[in-house]
Amino acid sequence: MSVLVDNDTRVLVQGITGHQGTVHTVQMLKFGTKVVAGATPGKGGSMVEGVPVFDSVEEAVAKTGANATSIFVPAPFAKDALLEAVDAGIRLAVIVTEHIPFHDMLTMYHYARLRGARIIGPNCPGIAAPGKAKVGIIPNVVFWPGRVGVISRSGTLTYEIVSGIKEVGLGQSTCIGLGGDPVVGTNFVDALPLFEADPETDAIVLVGEIGGTAEEEAAEYISRHTEKPVVAYIAGHSAPPGKRMGHAGAIIARGRGTAESKVAALEAAGAKVARFPYEIPGLVRDILSAPRHP
Amino acid sequence: MVKLTEWRGKEIFRRYGIPLPRGRVVRSAEEALAGTESGDIPLPCVIKAQVLAGGRGKGGAVRFASTPAEAAEAARAILGLEFKGETVKELLLEEKLPIARELYVAFTLDRAARVPILIVSAQGGVEIESVADSELLRLPIHPFAGLTGYEKRRATRALGLSGPQAKSLDGLLDRLWRAFQHEDAELVEVNPLAVVGDGVMALDAKVSIEDDATFRHPEYADIRDDRTPLEEVAREKGIAFVQLEGNIGVIANGAGLTMATLDVLQQFGGRPGVFLDLGGTDDPAKVTEAFLLMARAKPAAVFLNIFGGVTRCDTVARGLVDAIRQVPDSEKFPLIARIRGNNEEEGIAILRSAGITSLHELEESAKAAVAAAKGAA
Repeated sequence: MSVLVDNDTRVLVQGITGHQGTVHTVQMLKFGTKVVAGATPGKGGSMVEGVPVFDSVEEAVAKTGANATSIFVPAPFAKDALLEAVDAGIRLAVIVTEHIPFHDMLTMYHYARLRGARIIGPNCPGIAAPGKAKVGIIPNVVFWPGRVGVISRSGTLTYEIVSGIKEVGLGQSTCIGLGGDPVVGTNFVDALPLFEADPETDAIVLVGEIGGTAEEEAAEYISRHTEKPVVAYIAGHSAPPGKRMGHAGAIIARGRGTAESKVAALEAAGAKVARFPYEIPGLVRDILSAPRHP
Repeated sequence: MVKLTEWRGKEIFRRYGIPLPRGRVVRSAEEALAGTESGDIPLPCVIKAQVLAGGRGKGGAVRFASTPAEAAEAARAILGLEFKGETVKELLLEEKLPIARELYVAFTLDRAARVPILIVSAQGGVEIESVADSELLRLPIHPFAGLTGYEKRRATRALGLSGPQAKSLDGLLDRLWRAFQHEDAELVEVNPLAVVGDGVMALDAKVSIEDDATFRHPEYADIRDDRTPLEEVAREKGIAFVQLEGNIGVIANGAGLTMATLDVLQQFGGRPGVFLDLGGTDDPAKVTEAFLLMARAKPAAVFLNIFGGVTRCDTVARGLVDAIRQVPDSEKFPLIARIRGNNEEEGIAILRSAGITSLHELEESAKAAVAAAKGAA
């Protein structure tokens, strides 16, 4: 088992005929993912990298049994793409597209929720379970199968950390990049129970950043419901208040959402908090090699 | 986020039918004189600096006038003022009204609950941050249902309004909610919302529009009142660029890695001065442009920290080497580079051919950058 994706995951690529869609279709295939279909309105009947393209998601699902989608379509069309996928019966959608207005994302999130579908993202790296499947754009090179679960709001920083975990001889069960937008389909609190329930995950790495209160909420959840050890890192200790640091989400306002408040909350919840990203692999190794409590 | 000055916010309010005091914008003392003399701006009037920072009343950026001469004099006194880093170039002159009470209403996003939220308080006219939580009513609004009648009634009760004033608030909330949704706002705030006679009226307007929605709101794309000139150039080129107080330039890719890099530099005694987030790029020309932009900010040293995922290390290296050739000798600075990840070996080899060493560990490279900046200072 793994989290959200496994060997039965059959991936659709919405926007497969675009540059990013095509590039990452190749990468997902190389990872070993079953990419079964692409969808681009008006391009039905063509092939991209050996993957059949359909005009509609409904048709793609009917003909190929696709059960997850990765959305690469431009922001103005992302809402429509997601609603179409959900209506066609897709229950896992990774939205890679960035710059989706949050008003659109509110509609997308609540619609998916009503229909029992899960969104990862938007503006996110996606999800990868080494040896099984990858939906999204997480680079293949950094992964190694193992028993560490990774949940992160960052992209590149996650790759750096995952790569460090590999260097100390450990691997990942599943890695989820949640995305850094103000409204995300899956946040830490949504993702933590999935890893807690996964028999292939022994420890959880949580990578957060300043802005919002998602890490504080995660801390509260961990203190009540998470038995597995958690190693956390928060980026943005040195960020000046009020300056936008790239992600729309990473804004400090009114003393809430600071690195200090997040670190304090996570430590109080029993997580080991790394001061710097390069401390994470060592902390994980120490936890996993320490004798387990009876 | 596009933050709008009061008068721009009120232009939106006007389009949605939200009641406003009569008045207009002026950009000179002469205009203030003419406007009040003609009766365009009723007297007595209030003269308000059009800046984004709060605390205008206490900061001397708001004045009152009873005659055209006084209005002109007040305009002359405020125009050109430096207010919290902004220069006052525009004034809003509006009729002074008999205000019975000052209230607060706003719509914004509740990120944790993933719904819009209506916030109201009977304690208006002061900074909302200073109002006790017990004095604020927060009502989550489901985006599918929209603002409902019972939610508006709860808000009305919390504000202690009844009769025609309650009816006036009801209409204003509907209009403000529509403005929040249709203008893709992150925030629409009325503080104070004044009770005047039988109705309520927006005395101030704070509106910010989401950047990501400019594809359907091109009218907001050019309004940038809160960026430095270099930040503005960067935005046009699609590079995230922020100027801070220190002297070390940081080029990284991805917001999280950029922030982590700043954290590590600061830990070792460095002061980040500019940071530049390349994001995911596979275009060497963009890297070159970014680097040249960095050179214009005149850093004491530059730390380049790239982890290649979607971005390839060789692409970054090529762009970097190209840029270094273009930086004039007078603007040269020490460069510490660390590139890891996708196509790492090729990238490092390209850098080496241009005489640049790529360090492996984040810790050692951050220390080297701090030392280089100190040496140059």
